[in-house]
Amino acid sequence: MPDLIAKPALGAVAVTHAGCTLAEAAALTITALAPFPGQAAAVGAELGLAFPAPNTVSEGGAARLVWAGRDLAFLIGGAAPERLAALNGLAAVTDQSDAWVTLTLTGPPTVEVLARLVPLDLRGTARGQVFRTGLGHMPLVLIAEGADSFTLMTFRSMARTAWHEIEEAMVKVAARSF
Amino acid sequence: MRLTCPLCGPRDRREFYYYGAAVYLDRPAADAPPEAWDEYLHLRDNPAGVTQDLWYHEQGCGSWLKVTRNTVTHEILAVDAVSAADAAEEAR
Repeated sequence: MPDLIAKPALGAVAVTHAGCTLAEAAALTITALAPFPGQAAAVGAELGLAFPAPNTVSEGGAARLVWAGRDLAFLIGGAAPERLAALNGLAAVTDQSDAWVTLTLTGPPTVEVLARLVPLDLRGTARGQVFRTGLGHMPLVLIAEGADSFTLMTFRSMARTAWHEIEEAMVKVAARSF
Repeated sequence: MRLTCPLCGPRDRREFYYYGAAVYLDRPAADAPPEAWDEYLHLRDNPAGVTQDLWYHEQGCGSWLKVTRNTVTHEILAVDAVSAADAAEEAR
């Protein structure tokens, strides 16, 4: 197989409005793990991470296992999919690294910015929580990283739209803060 | 309108896709008489009161849900995962 060059989805420079910063995160390996019926705990045991309950993230070292839907979790930053042979017979394993764009949104008005795009009340969220929801009409995996800090994953094909929508919301929140 | 997804918790209506009456879960056998298929495909009750329909959590966890609601008061009485109902039926 030829050596392919990994490129970022956007290669965008971070933007800041009213203390809220939108940036593109480094592309990490994303592997979708869909355990076969009754095998969720066994999948977690193989990885040394608890298979996450709905709306939660399991962390261990550099890797984290992020709940991503019914009977589905994303292994982010872990071993490459081809090195997960131990999961044969336990889960359907799919490399999705190049299917998602990962953005970070940080700073005090982050919750106000996301309130314009995401149909959830995000006040009081804590690290370890994840939400499968929508960003406007785009699918979203929203990972809470701590106070005023979120990681957003949406389809890579929609990266520019997502960036545009979020920056637009940031500008509007900034306009109201005078 | 909000639906409480058994996995995700209370979520806004815009995350869900409406499919139709919960009757779709009771598919007639392949050799059922044409009347049964006619009823399954075309005939629907239009109750003033409690009704059940199917919703898909499209912008969420991807679960199919059976929602019990009241068309008069707009109350949502129950939201159950179709997969859980299937599992219960298989266990029976």
